Amino acid sequence: MSNARASRQLPVLITLLIAFMLMITPMPAVAEPFRPDWLALVLMFWAMTVPRSYSVGIAWLIGIFLDVAQGTLLGQHALALCVIVYITVKFHLLMRVFPLSQLTATVFALLALYQFLLFWINGVAGVTAPIIDYWGPVVAGTIVWPFLSTVLSGLRYRVQTGG
Amino acid sequence: MVGSQSNSNPARIPALGFRALALIVLSILLMWLDHREHHLDAVRRAVGVAVYPVQIVVDSPARVWSWLRDLSASKNQLQLENSRLRTEALITRGRMQELAALKAENDRLRDMLDAREQVRGEVRVAGIMAVDANPYRHNIVLDVGTREGVYDGQAIVDASGVVGQVIKTGLTTSQAILISDPDHALPVVVNRNGLRTVAFGTGEYNRLSLPFLANNADIETGDLLVTSGLGGAFPSGYPVAVVESVTRLPQEPFAEVSATPAAALDQVREVMLIWTRQQDDGTGNE
Repeated sequence: MSNARASRQLPVLITLLIAFMLMITPMPAVAEPFRPDWLALVLMFWAMTVPRSYSVGIAWLIGIFLDVAQGTLLGQHALALCVIVYITVKFHLLMRVFPLSQLTATVFALLALYQFLLFWINGVAGVTAPIIDYWGPVVAGTIVWPFLSTVLSGLRYRVQTGG
Repeated sequence: MVGSQSNSNPARIPALGFRALALIVLSILLMWLDHREHHLDAVRRAVGVAVYPVQIVVDSPARVWSWLRDLSASKNQLQLENSRLRTEALITRGRMQELAALKAENDRLRDMLDAREQVRGEVRVAGIMAVDANPYRHNIVLDVGTREGVYDGQAIVDASGVVGQVIKTGLTTSQAILISDPDHALPVVVNRNGLRTVAFGTGEYNRLSLPFLANNADIETGDLLVTSGLGGAFPSGYPVAVVESVTRLPQEPFAEVSATPAAALDQVREVMLIWTRQQDDGTGNE
């Protein structure tokens, strides 16, 4: 029984791992500001579809790993991911029945909030960054969202029904 | 169908708000500790051990690619490169002999003036992992850590000039800040006339700014800037940048001077770490 449950979680963990790797893959300097916040997007998706298993705790823990990998303040990404996953879980029933356009707009708002939290913490810690570093990932993430959610939806049925 | 799953009832998600709030408070506490007192370096290193395999995986395509490229290089290419490198090594060694003599003379003169002797410590070559570090700063990740004796604040140079400083050390990897980072300041001296000033990063890989030179300071385009050794982080005499433009506006107290870094900071692949003698614990290679 627990073996079956574990194998059901494996695809999700793999998607999270891939999202993590995409966050630290080097990109050409020109494209760097337009890297979507893969971890935020993937965590939002799983929080929306399987909120019992993937909620604020996992988001926070992964945020800590990301902070260590990127050398940001310990807890910075953890806090930002925790906040947007909290909002996603709280309203997940509503978000599930949104039409895709409305859902994409919601994702845009959540990504903007995510970047806002990161920038706010940066401001307090004294790190400056150009404004493109704020909106670049938000726009890129919003564009990526429809395709990402389609890909992940294919996995979703496997995860939830075990089939 | 998806809707029939029992995990969709929000009341079933235990204490969501409370958990989120607790985690947020914990995050703030961690950030405060990390920012102020660096108490969390041990925690960071421990977590870094878990993150390291992922970094290796992300770095591996670049390594495999260059390994394959090396493998497929033709014998002719290798022979040509080999003989070119031999010639270069020969010339460098010849010049080093001259430098050894100059250093000896320099030490004698300093001795005569009762000046402090310059320390030259151990060096070690390190590779840069093809892994993106903090997106808000000009950082790089090195493939050496405390296991090799790397310490916080250690100077990093490459063949052409100064590259940066180590800011975080893990067991097997370290993070370093480049001199082009906007928050980095480097004490330099103009090679021509000994004028001392500070070079700041601007966020651009090919430009440093020197904001504290008076309008009548003796600085010109083409001047070579080297490390002054003040501040203890960098040993003196390493090339930093070449002055690229000097703008003197009569009503401003300071001239606008910018310089191009000697090292190609966005293209560094391998660097040298320098141990100053006080920190040397015998683990550096020569």
